[in-house]
Amino acid sequence: MKKGKGCEGKAPGMRVRGHPVLGEPPGGREITVFLDGKPLPAREGEPLAAALFASGIRVAHYAAEGREPRGPFCMIGRCTECRMVLEGKGMVLTCLTPAEEGMRLHTPGRRGKP
Amino acid sequence: MKLRRESHPLVVVGAGPAGLCAALEAAEAGLPPLVLDEGSRGGGQLVKQIHRFFGSREHGAGKRGFQIAEELVSGCLGKGVEIRLGHKVLGFFPDGRLLVDGDEGVFVLQPGATILATGAVEKSFPFPGWTLPGVMGAGAAQTLVNQHRVMPGKRALMVGAGNVGLIVAYQLLQAGVEVAGVIEVNRAVGGYAVHAGRLRREGVPILLRHRLRAAEGKKEVESVLVEDMERGTWKRFSVDTLCLAVGMAPQAELAAMRGCRLVYLSELGGFLPWHDRAMRTDRPGVYVAGDLAGVEEASVAMDEGRLAGLAAALDAGVLDPGEAAERMEEVMDRLELLRGGPFGEPRRKAKERLCSMTGLVTGGAGRKAGIRGRTGRR
Repeated sequence: MKKGKGCEGKAPGMRVRGHPVLGEPPGGREITVFLDGKPLPAREGEPLAAALFASGIRVAHYAAEGREPRGPFCMIGRCTECRMVLEGKGMVLTCLTPAEEGMRLHTPGRRGKP
Repeated sequence: MKLRRESHPLVVVGAGPAGLCAALEAAEAGLPPLVLDEGSRGGGQLVKQIHRFFGSREHGAGKRGFQIAEELVSGCLGKGVEIRLGHKVLGFFPDGRLLVDGDEGVFVLQPGATILATGAVEKSFPFPGWTLPGVMGAGAAQTLVNQHRVMPGKRALMVGAGNVGLIVAYQLLQAGVEVAGVIEVNRAVGGYAVHAGRLRREGVPILLRHRLRAAEGKKEVESVLVEDMERGTWKRFSVDTLCLAVGMAPQAELAAMRGCRLVYLSELGGFLPWHDRAMRTDRPGVYVAGDLAGVEEASVAMDEGRLAGLAAALDAGVLDPGEAAERMEEVMDRLELLRGGPFGEPRRKAKERLCSMTGLVTGGAGRKAGIRGRTGRR
């Protein structure tokens, strides 16, 4: 794996900073998870979907035989649109699954991939 | 496979404002319940509410939702309520047992009585491009910015100028997301003027008589097509996020599975379990409260929760009927006030219609319902 080129960088700065009511976010430990083999920064304990949004990644899986990208719709575990494959667990709802160091996520349903 | 079994005199499903207030009341009456919630934090949707609440002291007026949530959770814990987070209720069988999935595995829970406070789910509707990533419920955007502290996108368009649409649009601005506008098919703003005023002062246009036509983009939302219904012209908004605030529906699956009779009332969000004024359903030992019992607001949910908690304690024989009646009257009077005014009136009338639907209900529950404040044990 090449070093230095992770998933972040497409849309840096998607974390909320200097909020007028909430102030600075609580500082969870910075960890690394992997998306389709590439490192992705995350805060320990935040839902995996939040870590993806923080890096500007909004496609969770592909439906309709790979033709339709889908992404989180409800963020509270109802719509199932945020589902992804987590190694060792199978299909999970990323909006409810807390991020842990070293987790390996995969985008299911992409054309040509399982 | 043999499943582990557990039992509890009173189980509350949902740790939102309704469930926690129900738990508080029941605990105060001497029946501390077990509260189950699938989320990782108690307080339900209150945890992402950062605006100051209206209403009276009993409803936490002047406080922000997440502060009310913290108070309710610590209040419950102080009174011996057990709150199990990360617990999903998979089923509610006609014989009254619950199937629960938690960190201890899947187990069967036999409750003495059950209070369902499962809340509501955001509605959606189909339109071209509605499955594109970047299209989401307004509540999802609110969860992202206020709870998880990340932005759903850089520039958003809000559909629906009710309170949810107006409040979330403003909260997106507070989080640093650009808001291109709020569109609304009706001729007037549906939410409170104070929320609309805040947006207008920030220069966000609220476009009345504008209809959503399509979300466009290859892999994600890149633009949104909107029709000006008066002129018949179309506009294209260059946004990466489309938020839908087009109403909510009660989450009645568990109630339906248990066999509770459902009633359709559009003013209250759709199908909901029939219930009497003390929040009893037509199934013995099953109570409902909050958005499940009709989509209203958090203050209403709290008071309905208190009613359900009192009714459960009364029916279990741990609360003196005289005291229960007195406390219920007090809460019912407050609910009457909350449902006053032009916004509350349709909901108040719908609730009245619901409680007068005696013919639908088998047994004595329906007849009891017509009598205001009737709190006799069944």
